[in-house]
Amino acid sequence: MIHNKRPVTHNTNVKIVDMPEGVQGEGFMAMQFSKVIGLARKNSIWPLPFATSCCGIEFMATMGSTYDLSRFGSERLAFTPRQCDLLMVMGTISKKMAPVLRQVYIQMAEPRWVVAVGACASSGGIFDTYSVLQGIDQVIPVDVYVPGCPPRPEAIIDGIMRVQDLVENESLRRRSSPEYVELLKSYGIS
Amino acid sequence: MLNSKFVLDKLIEKFGESVFGYEEQFDMMAIYGDKELNLKMLQFLYDDEDLAFRFMTDLTAIHYPNNKGEELVVTYLLYNMPKNFHIRLKFALDINKPDIYTASKLHATANWLERECYDFYGVNFVGHPNLIRVMNVDEMDYFPMRKEFPLEDQTRTDKDDEMFGRGGHFNFGKFSV
Repeated sequence: MIHNKRPVTHNTNVKIVDMPEGVQGEGFMAMQFSKVIGLARKNSIWPLPFATSCCGIEFMATMGSTYDLSRFGSERLAFTPRQCDLLMVMGTISKKMAPVLRQVYIQMAEPRWVVAVGACASSGGIFDTYSVLQGIDQVIPVDVYVPGCPPRPEAIIDGIMRVQDLVENESLRRRSSPEYVELLKSYGIS
Repeated sequence: MLNSKFVLDKLIEKFGESVFGYEEQFDMMAIYGDKELNLKMLQFLYDDEDLAFRFMTDLTAIHYPNNKGEELVVTYLLYNMPKNFHIRLKFALDINKPDIYTASKLHATANWLERECYDFYGVNFVGHPNLIRVMNVDEMDYFPMRKEFPLEDQTRTDKDDEMFGRGGHFNFGKFSV
């Protein structure tokens, strides 16, 4: 005997991403493979937070329940570069830290993306001085820059969404294209 | 009761002419001495039962580019913990020959502080067991806290002087400042 006295409530706030365009018929569906992969990648980005200062504190708020980064499929933050897709550099990177950051980037598997959060990671910020790297794009390629000192969680979320746009629309062949190889070569990474 | 005058008198009694002078700022005595005798003075301040400065709070250097022949001043901040009393010892060095004896055998904390001091000011602590850079990148070929090096990163090429209020002019559309 099945008791079913409790009314079943469905959470109507849950949003499900739209299906990519395709041709549907009875028992089959045809669509671009790249679109499906793009959709899957976009909504399951694993970020690797590389937080060195106050932008990292803002990122903690971004991860928290109020701003809730998990809504974008970035539930799983990891501190291992081998498994992550998105390197989030938040905070001042000193010249002494630059080789470490570069090593972390090299250890990440393709496809990988980088977002520079805040003024320091993007350009050195107020630390225009002998000991601070003037922007992480001097050592690794960067996909998205988030301005602010520090940026509010909304700005960081916007940065993540811009990364999602890139991830969704990236060609599956981009990572083996001569331009990309050339880009990595210009950073001395192969 | 320990006071500045007592310390100064003791040092003068012991080292005479090698104590060059003193100044008192913010209730703390700074005593200038002969750099050749820095270790002897530290040892005397350490060993003497009445003085007993057995804790090195800090060690650093200052660069005075205009004092020819004594540009770098190495400063020791010593502490008598039981009596809660600080003094400073200062030794001036020639920037072309910035040698001074290491205090790392006497105060273990001087090991790190002297490395830091070397890193930023290029003071050569003779006898230090491992005098290499500690804070800055190993490739750095200058001592960044010396005054001839500007604070700003000189390797930048993208800096627009106009945006930093140096030269040029701002153009806010119809009027310029």
